[in-house]
Amino acid sequence: MTDAALNPAANTGPRARFNLEAWVMRGGIAIAGLFLLVSVILPLYAMLSKSFEDKDGNFVGLTNYATYFDTPSLAYSISNSLTVSIVATVIVISLAFAYAYAITRTCMRFKGFFRLVALVPILAPSLLPGISFIYMFGKKGFMRELLMGEPIYGFIGIVLGSSFWTFPHALLIMNTALSLSDARLYEAAEALRASKLRTFFTVTLPGAKYGVISAVFVVFTLVITDFGVPKVIGGQYSVLATDIYKQVIGQQNFQMGAVVSVMLLIPAVLAFSVDRLVQRRQVALLSARAVPYQPKPSRGRDLGALIFCTVIAGMLLLVLGVAAYASFVKFWPYNLSLGFTHYNFEIMDGGGWGAWYNSIKLAALTALIGTGLIFTVAYLVEKGQGARFGRVVIQAMAMVPLAVPGMVLGLAYIFFFNNPANPLSGIYATMAILVLSTVAHFYTVAHLTAVTALKQIDGEFESVSSSLKVPFWTTFSRVTVPVCQPAIFSMAVYLFMNAMTTVSAVVFLYSPDTNLASVAVMNMDDAGDIAPAAAMAMMIVYTNLTAVVIYGLLSRFVEKRTQAWRTR
Amino acid sequence: MSGSAPYLRLQGVSKSFGSFTALQDIALDVYEGEFVCFLGPSGCGKTTLLRIIAGLEIQSAGRITQAGVDISRLPPSQRDFGIVFQSYALFPNLNVNKNVAYGLENAGSARADTARRVEELLALVGLPDQGAKYPAQLSGGQQQRVALARALAMSPGLLLLDEPLSALDAQVRGHLRHEIKSLQRRLGVTTIMVTHDQEEALTMADRIVVMDHGIVEQVGTPLEIYREPVSPFVANFIGTMNQLPCQVNGTGGVKLGPLSVACQDHSVQSGASAILAIRPEDVVPHGAGARSPGAPDIIETPGNAFDARIEDMEFLGSFFRAELSGDVLGSHHLLADFSINAVRRMALETGKELTVELPAERVRIFAGTLV
Repeated sequence: MTDAALNPAANTGPRARFNLEAWVMRGGIAIAGLFLLVSVILPLYAMLSKSFEDKDGNFVGLTNYATYFDTPSLAYSISNSLTVSIVATVIVISLAFAYAYAITRTCMRFKGFFRLVALVPILAPSLLPGISFIYMFGKKGFMRELLMGEPIYGFIGIVLGSSFWTFPHALLIMNTALSLSDARLYEAAEALRASKLRTFFTVTLPGAKYGVISAVFVVFTLVITDFGVPKVIGGQYSVLATDIYKQVIGQQNFQMGAVVSVMLLIPAVLAFSVDRLVQRRQVALLSARAVPYQPKPSRGRDLGALIFCTVIAGMLLLVLGVAAYASFVKFWPYNLSLGFTHYNFEIMDGGGWGAWYNSIKLAALTALIGTGLIFTVAYLVEKGQGARFGRVVIQAMAMVPLAVPGMVLGLAYIFFFNNPANPLSGIYATMAILVLSTVAHFYTVAHLTAVTALKQIDGEFESVSSSLKVPFWTTFSRVTVPVCQPAIFSMAVYLFMNAMTTVSAVVFLYSPDTNLASVAVMNMDDAGDIAPAAAMAMMIVYTNLTAVVIYGLLSRFVEKRTQAWRTR
Repeated sequence: MSGSAPYLRLQGVSKSFGSFTALQDIALDVYEGEFVCFLGPSGCGKTTLLRIIAGLEIQSAGRITQAGVDISRLPPSQRDFGIVFQSYALFPNLNVNKNVAYGLENAGSARADTARRVEELLALVGLPDQGAKYPAQLSGGQQQRVALARALAMSPGLLLLDEPLSALDAQVRGHLRHEIKSLQRRLGVTTIMVTHDQEEALTMADRIVVMDHGIVEQVGTPLEIYREPVSPFVANFIGTMNQLPCQVNGTGGVKLGPLSVACQDHSVQSGASAILAIRPEDVVPHGAGARSPGAPDIIETPGNAFDARIEDMEFLGSFFRAELSGDVLGSHHLLADFSINAVRRMALETGKELTVELPAERVRIFAGTLV
């Protein structure tokens, strides 16, 4: 297209007959671009401009920001947020590195079990560790002596809770980084008689460097943008994420909420950009000729690894177990007999069982619509022909949600969709806006999964199809989708689990009719009904566990049916 | 053949990517039933040209007509061709039958007709009874045949092959080379194949289009290309050819150092420096020791001959390749292929002196200087 425009002498022949394929392709790309514009870019723009307005909507420049920095209680949250994020990051990275090292570089037993247990926190909302820690270290907690008089509410609680739920995210990255190693480097080190310690610092660490750096930024971003942990256990220790909530829900000060959002957006965007840069570098790290490293047994090291992993896995299971146990205990700590009383959500504020049904509905719709939409858009971006500019723009827009904290996205949606001038304002306070925001919130990771899968399939399928006069959509459904099925399943389960556990974006967007389980956990905890909150949090865990099991069974079933052509 | 109108005609086809010119003003006629090879090193633009013919890339300028119809602006789906890619691009989740039937089914032909056609095509490419297998269950050579059957399924007027053999090992490659060629001859389908393998091009093509840096260097039959390369690039790319610096003298012959050499007609102007080129197998050895020091120069030596010394000799199975030095050559060396017979008869070995002749009808002169 651009070629023809640049060179009038080009393509002197008669025009093509109406080219349906090209128009469908262009239409699809236009719709995809429009979707990301409406669901991500425009709301963010609305939020940004709100931070420069007064209550009546007049432009006031940086006045709101000046007010922000003149209010010590607000500005103090910046250093609070940074402090907890840095401390939690250091803890999680050290533990996850050791844990991943034990899994990938030792001959410790029960590796599969430890690998699995470490992923448990992913099933739970980030509210859950807070609740468990109240039971463990709160005023009536059975382990409160360990804190030596320090309160769990505040700095300690946030760091502990954040460490719990970000652990699997760090571990997944570290596992990958440490399993990609070249045995030949270790053989060389050994041949040169380097000591074990020296080998560790000159071979192991540099090899895993990019993975560690990437994990640092991921964990940092997760902690600083998290709302669940500080909401439950933050006490008087205010952080940016809870400030947004207080400004908007508590004080109805939307402008200040927008300012705090921008404050939160800055570190998140910075961390995101650095991480992208680092990841780009990692590509060429390992040559195709590398020989995978096989650890050799070493009794002392293997035993140490086993003890360490047992302790960590035990702590993860303990946190989850406490929440599960507490949800059954009749009246902690006075009546420890078990029962289902706390699961009688109907007598509680928070939406009752309806909230749980809503959550399942949201998760199912997000998984279904989100997967279909994100995969199709990724296909258009990756395999589309023509409209190159449009595809590049979409690719860039698809990366934005990863850098946008959920609280910020939720608030941005209020500004954008709760505006009578917006023709889409009808979806405000419905299930539709919850689905839309959740798809947008978790868009990037699912998109990258799809793109990775699409990059692995032959780039000439579309060319062959057009030579056979078969339109691209037929090939998309007959070949591309079946071949990418594993990736599509994992996108769906990823979206489902995140939709079940998320609080941050939806906390601004739910209505009495669309109460959600995760939000109910928060509200019940707010009202002091901690045991029912634990029960609802466990319902989320059970639901996600079921989803994972179904995913596993379905994957195995499909794998069996397709193994004839998947074998290499 | 050349009497009829060309089946495919390219006129002034150019393609640039940004400031990079991939193809420059390509003109080419391909006749019905012909097997044409685009040959050149990687990055010469041959694949881009093939993709432009298919409509998978859009030319920046130029006109393409196929069977008298201007197809310059048509999308691939409205052109008439079948294509086989280097990767074969077989659909992994469809079995062989479904792969071959892919286009037929979409065109809405009856189920029984499709099945019969698929069977026929698989028999044609030598894969009967393999229809139920998936691509991953076939060898590379078999996958290649399936791709070929699929490309032929819609009875296209033009068959495009993009390095179809380069992913195969040498033995299968040699076998398939022959098979594709005879299949093409049987079906009479006009075929264009892209390759960087000169042997492939020489054995398969009716005509070869040698390309370099986005331009066509030479078009001709394999024999023409080999015998009469028009440029040092073609000479070097196809087979091996000695290249020596020389000066064109007034009579149209050249001076190689002190030696006057008669040669084929050329267009380099008198007095200019030029390149003398000759293939190693065209160098003729004469009476070893005919001009050895001390011996009277009584044997009549032919023209274009000079004394040389064998610096090195390499045994290559059916012949020896010798590296020669001599006063006439200056600091350059001349490669010469000697038959085993000649080596035995003349007792050629490293260090031996001999007289060699550069037959005038085999010596080619190119403009330019050696780099």
